[in-house]
Amino acid sequence: MIEIKNLSKTYRAADGAVEALRDVSLTIPDGDIFGIIGMSGAGKSTLVRCINMLERPTGGSVVIDGVDMGGLSEKQLRRARREITMIFQGFNLLLQRTCLENVCFPLKLSGLAGERAWREKRALELLELVGLADKANAYPAQLSGGQQQRVAIARALATNPKVLLCDEATSALDPTTTASILELIRSINERTGITVIIITHQMSVVESVCRHVAILDGGRVAETGEVGEVFARPVSAAARRLVFPEGDAGAPIAAEDGERLIRVVFNGLKATGTPLIARMAVEKGIEANISYASTRSIDNKTYGSMLLGISGGEAAVREAIEYLTQSKDVLAQEVQIHD
Amino acid sequence: MIDKLFSPEVLQEAAEVIRTQFPLAVWETVYVTVLATVFAIVIGLPLGVVLVAGEKDGVCPLPAWLMRALNGLINLLRSVPFLILMVLVFPLTRLLVGTVVGTVASIVPLVIAAFPFVARLAEGSLREVNPNTIEMAQSLGASPMQIITQVMIPESVPSLISNATIAVTTILGYSAMSGIIGGGGLGKIAMNYGYYRYKYLIMVAAVVLLIVLVQLFQSVGTRLAIRADKRLKNR
Repeated sequence: MIEIKNLSKTYRAADGAVEALRDVSLTIPDGDIFGIIGMSGAGKSTLVRCINMLERPTGGSVVIDGVDMGGLSEKQLRRARREITMIFQGFNLLLQRTCLENVCFPLKLSGLAGERAWREKRALELLELVGLADKANAYPAQLSGGQQQRVAIARALATNPKVLLCDEATSALDPTTTASILELIRSINERTGITVIIITHQMSVVESVCRHVAILDGGRVAETGEVGEVFARPVSAAARRLVFPEGDAGAPIAAEDGERLIRVVFNGLKATGTPLIARMAVEKGIEANISYASTRSIDNKTYGSMLLGISGGEAAVREAIEYLTQSKDVLAQEVQIHD
Repeated sequence: MIDKLFSPEVLQEAAEVIRTQFPLAVWETVYVTVLATVFAIVIGLPLGVVLVAGEKDGVCPLPAWLMRALNGLINLLRSVPFLILMVLVFPLTRLLVGTVVGTVASIVPLVIAAFPFVARLAEGSLREVNPNTIEMAQSLGASPMQIITQVMIPESVPSLISNATIAVTTILGYSAMSGIIGGGGLGKIAMNYGYYRYKYLIMVAAVVLLIVLVQLFQSVGTRLAIRADKRLKNR
């Protein structure tokens, strides 16, 4: 478990102090995929760097599995960082080394794995895990962005970490590649139980993969909770700005009488002749009332989300979710509204 | 004038000098240049590493006064003209080699003139390494020494090779200059025959050979640098 308590970070700049983080407190359970979302300058990158102490916080503490990271010596910290690895927006591979050597790099640093043959075997297994075993001897310049990020993920996993920090890891990738990288992260999380912290400014990233989310605004946590809850009923102004970028009416979303709400997330659904919602009405006889929609079409694929009001009770909701999620590019879940 | 310059006697003398003295002179020039470059790199590369790593935001910050002193020393050595530096280091040369004239003796001032230059070149190469790459290594638990030896230096190898080539060609030029006051090689021949005895043809021949050597070092260095760079695709 990661406990962030009253964390603050102040930079001394030429024109006075800049408060990047103010009194941030978060608890991230083991095995979670936790999203930290915010606009640029909200303090996301600083926060993630305070978790592995690449940046020393000016106040508060970060406690990982009972160990106060701030209290560690440089040497202890280096050891601890093998358990809390990181991937980056720019991939940050060693450009003069092959993919295999890149994945071997953290093993070599740790000095634990003395034998080269052992290291290379482990690295190859990891490259296989990310689907790039055939690129072992290629150099990063020969790979696409998505492939480079896969290598970076393999490298981050080499030391069997407990926590994976993702700093805008998909921000430099196109939507399709983003989806495949997120899918990889989710499958690794499911298989190994690794705790994943995802820093992003993209709603779609949090929607498609995170279980919990914290919304960061001006260095403070504006809102935190389960993704479905926070996004369906954003309370804070910052959360609303993120959930309704086009500007929302200000009114909290409420279901019409006798309706229940489901949230539908499109992650690159291939467009067909008839829209999905219309097809559902025809084929299943479920009529959906669209109470909110923000979708975009990129490359003939749909991204974004919708809130659908469904009347007809529990059974209809279940049927609708089942129908909508036939495609793996669509996520749907019921939204609980407590008034 | 022209027939005087190319008279049979002149041509014959030039051919004689080229045949008897040039092979040794070329060897001396190459030998002095390569040896001085090696020593300059042995001193200059670690110094370049210190200049980058020891900065306030570097991977291994050193006291500010030490960094200021190092920078000051390098600037000082680089601002002394080479000919004057040669004379200034005579005592050191005598201490190390036992004499101040001759091919071997000229290596001492060459190294002293070249290592600050090499340090600055190495500094430039090492600064080209993306700070994000260094942060990546830190995030994986690399120590400052590991970052230097496994990230900064290996990642800047192509640039270091290019800059080593610049160093070699510059040192070659300095070594020719050292011919003025006792150094050996092509520089000495060009001085002795061209400047003191007005044998222009021999001087021109020596200069042509120097040009050929520079071209040779440069093209080998460029080729090595390109071959070492894995950032270029399809290689």
